[in-house]
Amino acid sequence: MPVRYIVDRVAKYVLLFSALLSILIVFLIGLFTLREGEPAFRQIGLEHLLGGTVWRPEQDSFGLLAMIIGSVLVTFGALALGLPLALGCAILLAEVAPDNVRAVIRPAVELLAGIPSVIYGLFGMVVLVPLIRGIDVPGNTGFGLLSASVVLAVMILPTITNIAEDAIRAVPREYKEGALALGVTHWQAIVGVILPAARSGIVAAVILGVGRALGETMAMIMVIGNSVVFPHPLTANPLTIFLSQARTLTGNIAVEINYATGLHESALFATGVVLFVLVMLVNSSARLLMRARTG
Amino acid sequence: MQLPVKLEVRNYHLFYGNFRALKDVTICIPRNQITAIIGPSGCGKSTFLRTFNRMNELIPGVRVQGQVLMDGQDIFAMDPVELRQRVGMVFQRPNPFPKSIYDNVAYGPRAHGIRDRRRLDEIVERSLRDAALWDEVKDDLNKSALALSGGQQQRLCIARALAVQPEVILMDEPASALDPIATLRIEELIQTLKQRYTIVIVTHNMQQAARASDFTAFFMMDEQRAGLLVEYGPTRDLFTRPSDKRTEDYITGRFG
Repeated sequence: MPVRYIVDRVAKYVLLFSALLSILIVFLIGLFTLREGEPAFRQIGLEHLLGGTVWRPEQDSFGLLAMIIGSVLVTFGALALGLPLALGCAILLAEVAPDNVRAVIRPAVELLAGIPSVIYGLFGMVVLVPLIRGIDVPGNTGFGLLSASVVLAVMILPTITNIAEDAIRAVPREYKEGALALGVTHWQAIVGVILPAARSGIVAAVILGVGRALGETMAMIMVIGNSVVFPHPLTANPLTIFLSQARTLTGNIAVEINYATGLHESALFATGVVLFVLVMLVNSSARLLMRARTG
Repeated sequence: MQLPVKLEVRNYHLFYGNFRALKDVTICIPRNQITAIIGPSGCGKSTFLRTFNRMNELIPGVRVQGQVLMDGQDIFAMDPVELRQRVGMVFQRPNPFPKSIYDNVAYGPRAHGIRDRRRLDEIVERSLRDAALWDEVKDDLNKSALALSGGQQQRLCIARALAVQPEVILMDEPASALDPIATLRIEELIQTLKQRYTIVIVTHNMQQAARASDFTAFFMMDEQRAGLLVEYGPTRDLFTRPSDKRTEDYITGRFG
């Protein structure tokens, strides 16, 4: 048999092996996290872990609800700020900008994805936090959900922009021409035909952005304050909840794992399991939506 | 020709960058008649058709020269969005939007500001009736347009174009993606539409042009691959006694 046929066959197995290895690693990490967290689930109980509002390791109180709410709120805040921006960028890049403008903006947006998250955190601490501290509300330290949301909004911008742009570009040209031929404006065609046709792809982009937001750790630790309080409005205005300090699930692990032992350590692994499940749910729903689009 | 003129083209040239795709076209298209544009592939007939609703402008690098008048008015001086309301288009491949049948037809009127549900209902019904589709879909108006057959989709696209009440309807090989029966239905439909609309139809099918049109324009390419109008006249004359040798060669199947 000629050598190139042998290479061809061997290559197949090498590729298969690499794929299996990565699956195995994910599986092992999952298993390990689960095993380490298992005592916490058993001794604290799922109900108290997910529903408990008090996290005081020294008193064996391990309620994750404040952190779950913190993660959810900061993700929501990042979406509220980042989604309009990202969608605007995506529409601009896919539909409006001429090629030379696109050639500048697109790499710039992609560059955002390449900035290490600790740099975002630094920027947040040095620029954003003092700025937000200027908002005159009692108890406002500048560190908190708002700072974290702004930082996170910029971090998820490239993810959502890129995927949403691809989705908009994938809309058949016939739809756009069909709309324009009816005497509608370009913007009407975008809103009425092109975006609806790209809807499932855009939703998938948002969900991947959410997945990224939930998993972000370093930048969050640096700007969110990390105090284990239940996020709460600082005044009668409910929006001031975003000036409240908080802690994310990811931050909880990173901040405490260095000195945690025993049940405390196990509870941190349980935090990881909760996070794992949350991100997996979000990602698999994204994949389902993408499949619905192509299928 | 004593018929009133709807569209008039004078010394019209079109360039893609430096490439001349259409060369010195002059033609008068009569009102409420069906004018067919025939010619070999690549001779610029679709490009020429897209002149009338200025769709060529969506392609970067396109430049035009010459005059195109509708009812005596320069179309290049008009707002293209307004022009496209008056000059509708049906495309080669049926391109209904991924929406319901109702929303496809109502899309244009809605975009032009009609919000009243009852009026929209009327427009949708009238347009679908005019496009000979109403009886087939009247119970499924909320069904996705993509579930219709190819022929039905194309009639839906015609209904969608009719819904904004254009004066001219451009058709770019509207039946080339359809089976013979669906094709025949579209041809019959075009005959009934000519009473109220001026129709310009591009076709690569000479039988279709001979069967379904009143006037025929024959385009072909010159040595530089620029499309030019070779001959234009009443369909019967052009097909029975063409005055240009090249037309004769084409319709008798000697090239193309």
